[in-house]
Amino acid sequence: MTTYEILKSEADERQEKLSNGDKPWIRIGTEVHGRAAGAIDVLEAIEEELSSKNIAANVQKVGSLGISYAEPIVDIKKPGMPRLFFANVEPSDIPSIIDSYLIKDEVPMKNILGSLGENKISGVSDINEIPGIKYQQRIALRNSGHNSPDDIYQYLATGGYEGLNKAITNMDPSDVIKEVTDSGLRGRGGAAFSTGIKWSFMVRSQGPKYILCNCEEGDPGAYNDKGILESDPYTLIEGLTIAGYATGATNGIVFIRHGNNGPIENTEKAIANAYEVGLLGKNIFESDFSFDIEVVLTGESYVSGEETALMDAVEGKRAQPRPRPPFPAAFGVWGHPTTINNVKTLSYTPEIIRRGAKWFSSIGVNKSTGTAIACINGNIRYPGMYEVPMGVTLGHLVNDIGGGIPDGKKLKMLQTGGPLGGVLGPDSLEIHIDFDEMREAGAIFGSGGIIVADNDTCAVDITRVLVSFCQYESCGKCFPCRLGMEHLLEIIERIAKFKNHDGDLEMMMKIGTSMEGASLCGHGQLGFGPIRSALKHFESDFLSHMEDKICPTGSCLGTKISPKNTRPYSWDFLPPNLDPVNLQMDNPRKKNG
Amino acid sequence: MTDGEVNLHQQLISAIEHQKRPTVTVLSCLLSVQDSMGYIPSEAIDLIATKMDATINEVWGVASFYTNFRFSPPKSSTIEICWGPTCHILGATKLLETAQRELALETEGDSQKGDITLKYNTCLGACAQGPVININHKIIGSMTPEKISPILSEFLEDNS
Repeated sequence: MTTYEILKSEADERQEKLSNGDKPWIRIGTEVHGRAAGAIDVLEAIEEELSSKNIAANVQKVGSLGISYAEPIVDIKKPGMPRLFFANVEPSDIPSIIDSYLIKDEVPMKNILGSLGENKISGVSDINEIPGIKYQQRIALRNSGHNSPDDIYQYLATGGYEGLNKAITNMDPSDVIKEVTDSGLRGRGGAAFSTGIKWSFMVRSQGPKYILCNCEEGDPGAYNDKGILESDPYTLIEGLTIAGYATGATNGIVFIRHGNNGPIENTEKAIANAYEVGLLGKNIFESDFSFDIEVVLTGESYVSGEETALMDAVEGKRAQPRPRPPFPAAFGVWGHPTTINNVKTLSYTPEIIRRGAKWFSSIGVNKSTGTAIACINGNIRYPGMYEVPMGVTLGHLVNDIGGGIPDGKKLKMLQTGGPLGGVLGPDSLEIHIDFDEMREAGAIFGSGGIIVADNDTCAVDITRVLVSFCQYESCGKCFPCRLGMEHLLEIIERIAKFKNHDGDLEMMMKIGTSMEGASLCGHGQLGFGPIRSALKHFESDFLSHMEDKICPTGSCLGTKISPKNTRPYSWDFLPPNLDPVNLQMDNPRKKNG
Repeated sequence: MTDGEVNLHQQLISAIEHQKRPTVTVLSCLLSVQDSMGYIPSEAIDLIATKMDATINEVWGVASFYTNFRFSPPKSSTIEICWGPTCHILGATKLLETAQRELALETEGDSQKGDITLKYNTCLGACAQGPVININHKIIGSMTPEKISPILSEFLEDNS
């Protein structure tokens, strides 16, 4: 038997024991939304209750089902019964759930969300009837909320590593690239460039070559990259390994922001597990192919998600963009050929290889194949992380899946694609999630964050927050962005305080246009986006601030938080014993100094 | 060197020399020191420069670039409040106003009234449960000014 077959049969055996053994299988969603809703306390309550009642059970922490509004979600599978899901569980609910379901065999109706699997229970609807589950078509997230991120065997039992095994044993690297190209997969980080073509650019020189997986994900409102790493890191690790095989890379690096402890811990654990069973390291699946993966952390800096800045951050420098050429595919991290892919992009590849390019390209529309992972939040009834086929409309996401705007209010604004993506008006609900159509409509899907704002929101106020974010995160390398963002923030704050000067709108246009043309990277080039789009869709809000000195919703009357952080910092923060003047001199300790 | 200085020195050496991850860079050394100490003492800059064969200037350059580094010891507790657009729409400003009032602060920083540091955060990544705060690395969602006051007063009573 091959290594894959041995692992797979071991995994199937374990899975059978988990789902049809004599012990109940309890899963609890402890992804960041679960934790924010108190899942850790619920988990403790479960463990306490089980031990006090002397009940043996398999308890596992799992990731997100996407319906983040229902967290903490507890999912119990008893032998011979379907899976039962309980939503918004509090620690005080646990004794009655355990008592009535595990001991007395009665189904507790409080908190019940639905069931999944054969043997329906009367009065409990199928979980697939919930819009947030029904409309999802999960590829990258297929195991999220079902498999434990700690358990590589569960991943193997649910089809994991079949793709890598197929690639290594039956396909040449060029076949893998062709398969990915044919699938139409495009980068999910924002630029939407063909992944297969990008892989083919990798220079095939001797020596180390890198695949960098970008999970910086600093966009407020987006959490799908972190969601994948926290819920099912194996799909990324397998995808990264496939990319390594296809491009001839020797090393994979998963790049995560310091402080995101859930994704960091789960990814590192998963990497260690993969090494342990021989799915990373030397001669994977008895082949000549060897591949190593490690996690590298960055500090807090939004721009370090930019391709070239990311490489500087990996090297431990200030995360500032490099001019191109040279392109990373020839001269990347530490001067070695490097391919940079987003977490979501790589997470699709195991299923593309396993099920074929045709299957993947049959999902989606036009030149946007596959699925999109949308994070909907803000003034919305059912916020969450939903994987839907490309081509659905924003209206479908907001109304059918998200449940519309709560409290009888109306939609005023959508903010898509991260803070640089700008804002859209209510007429945007017709737009399809399609890379090209969205670009034509002047919006970007980008990282997949969709922030919904109701009619109590002031456009000037939101624009001020977005501009403030862009100013705070400007890396300071090129002055159009560094100074431009600062001036834009100054003007927008003036407007929000009703103290605008004559000609402020023209001034903003002038600054913004020069930033678009003269900035080194996307941060400055798109940095005027929030203001330009807000002026296009919500000019009347601006005029009432500027001319009538009224904020139509009153949002601009309170405190205005806009942290300022113009890099490079002023010297104020230096400890008193350090003399800034002497710092300018070269350190004599440095060789070649 | 005093005992305290010797301890600090040893803690720094251990943070710099024993890192969990294989790729060791100026940034990884700084992150390791920040994790171990809660801040970057100026001695750390010197030690990292020596270890990484870099100039003091280069190490300061990296340390001053990333916003998670601080250069004086923090208070023993830290509260982070998210001001990203989602949390802003869901009422983060009211949370910040309340926190600043209770802690007698005008912006982010160390509270003089209690043993706690207030930090702004651009996104804590749990937007669907917004507004979100993070207290000593425990993330709490659906926060309201009513709920945040008792949380904060715990830190004030204990330490004032």
